[in-house]
Amino acid sequence: MSVAGARAAAGQALPPHRLPRLIPPEGPLALAEHLERYGPVPFSDAAAGPGRDTLISEVEQSGLTGRGGAGFPAGRKMRAVAQAGRRAGPLRSQVGTVVIANGAESEPGSTKDRMLLARAPHLVLDGIALAAEAVGATRAYLCLHETSDGVDRILSSAISSRERAGLNRLPIQVVMIGGGYVASQETSLVSFINGGAGKPAFVPPRPSDKGAHGRPTLVQNVETLAHLALIARYGPSWFRKVGGGAGSALVTFGGAVHRPGVYEIALGTPLSDLLRQAGGPTEAPQAIQAGGYFGGWIRYQDALDVPVSDPGLRAAGASLGPGILVLVPASACGLAETARVVGYLAEQSAGQCGPCFNGLPALADALWELAYGRADRDTLGWATRLLSLIARRGACHLPDGTAALAASTLRVFADELGRHTAAGPCNRVRRPGVLPVPGHPDVRA
Amino acid sequence: MSRRTARASLRVNPIACQAHGLCIELLPELVRADPWGYPLIRQGPVPEELLPLARRAVAACPTLALLLARDD
Repeated sequence: MSVAGARAAAGQALPPHRLPRLIPPEGPLALAEHLERYGPVPFSDAAAGPGRDTLISEVEQSGLTGRGGAGFPAGRKMRAVAQAGRRAGPLRSQVGTVVIANGAESEPGSTKDRMLLARAPHLVLDGIALAAEAVGATRAYLCLHETSDGVDRILSSAISSRERAGLNRLPIQVVMIGGGYVASQETSLVSFINGGAGKPAFVPPRPSDKGAHGRPTLVQNVETLAHLALIARYGPSWFRKVGGGAGSALVTFGGAVHRPGVYEIALGTPLSDLLRQAGGPTEAPQAIQAGGYFGGWIRYQDALDVPVSDPGLRAAGASLGPGILVLVPASACGLAETARVVGYLAEQSAGQCGPCFNGLPALADALWELAYGRADRDTLGWATRLLSLIARRGACHLPDGTAALAASTLRVFADELGRHTAAGPCNRVRRPGVLPVPGHPDVRA
Repeated sequence: MSRRTARASLRVNPIACQAHGLCIELLPELVRADPWGYPLIRQGPVPEELLPLARRAVAACPTLALLLARDD
C-alpha cells in the first residue's frame, strides 16, 4: 500500500488526484472545510503523521523547490536550519529556531500568493506549523505586504480559529511590510523583523545560520509551505505524481490573454496548453515575458512548445521565477516595455551597493535611449558593458536579475534594436505599457 | 585541506564598500576600478605569491569591506 493509501486508510481525507491541489474554487476555506478537504494536520504525534526528521526527508525526496522565485530546494533549506538549531549552545541547550512565511509577493506581475492566502489560508498555516515542528522553531512570522488588501484580515481570523481548535502550537505573528521590490527578499524580511530598515543584507551570515532575533531562521514562500502541508499528509511520491516528478505550481498569466489570472499547472505543461486555458491571445501576439523581472523574453513562435518549468523556460532563454507569464502583443515595443521595467527596477535599489545605485540608473537611461531616443551603436555598446558591470555586484540579486532581463531583451529584440538605432523609435513605443509597473499610469495588473 | 595549501578568494561586501579605493591602489594585480570608483575583483583564487599583498589590502580597507575568505 502506498504512503498516501496508508494515510487515507488511517482516516485521513483522500489525496486530491487532480489539479488544483492548492487553490479551492472559492474561499476562504473555513477551518472545518479545510480539514474535511485535506484531513487533519499531521503533527509528529498524530497517528499517521510523518514525524519530525521524517518530514524533512520527505520534503527532500519530493524535490520540492522554493516557489518565491529562486527555486532553492526546500528540504535542503529546512535541514540547514534544523542542524543550525541543534548546535549545542554554551549551556548545551538547543536553540529554538524561527520560521518566516513569505507572502509579501513584490513582483508586480504576480498575484498567486495573494490568491492562495485568500482562498486557502489554512493550508499555508498548516505548512508554517509543520515546518516549524520539523526545524524546531519556537516562533513564526507570516509576512504580508501592506497593499495586499484584506488578506491580513483573512489570515488573522484563520489564526484565531486555529487557536480555538488548539492547532497553534507556536505563536504565529502576522507582519505587514512596506517598501518595494527588494523588501520581500529574505534578508530584508529578517532585517525588518529585527527592527531594521527592511533592506537586503550581506551574506554570510545566512538567515539559516543567524536570522530573526539572531536565531537560525527558515524563510519559505507561502506556496512552498502549502505544498509542504500536502507532502506531510500524502507523501513525496504523491507530490511527484504530476509534472514528471516536479509537482504542480501556481502561475500568474497576464498581458494580452482573454482570461488573465492564477492557474495551478503540472510543471512542464506546454505553454500552448496554458495559453488555451487562459483563453488565448486577445490580439496578434509577439512575445512572452517569463519569470518576472529577473526573468527573460521568448519570441511567441518559439514559446508555444516550451514546457512551463524552470528548466524548460531556462532552455528557452527565460526562467520560471515566481511563476509569471505575460503575453506581450505585436502592438507593443519590446524595447519600450523593458525600458519602463528597468526604470522601475532602478528606482527599487535600496541605495546600499554602489554598483547597483550607480549602474541600474545608467542601464535604465541607456535602455530608454534605445527605446525612445536617438540612440546609436555607442549607446548599445555602453548598455552591453553595463550588464557585466552590475551583475553579481550587489548584496541581493536586484542587479543580477535586472542585467539578466536586459540581456534577454537585447538578444530577443535584436532586429528591433537595429531598426531603432538606424531610424529612431517605432510608433509602438507610444502604446500603453503591457508589463505592469507600480506607480506608472500605464499599469495593467 | 591544510591551512598552508588552502586557497582563498577576495570578496567585497558591497553594502560596506564606499569606494575609498585603497584596494585598487594596493592590489592593482587583482582589483581595478569600475566607472564609479568601486572595486572590480578578478575572479578565482588569489595566487600564492599575492597573498601577503591581498592581506595588506584587506587590512587597509577603511570600512572593512574587503574580505579574504578560504574557498570551501
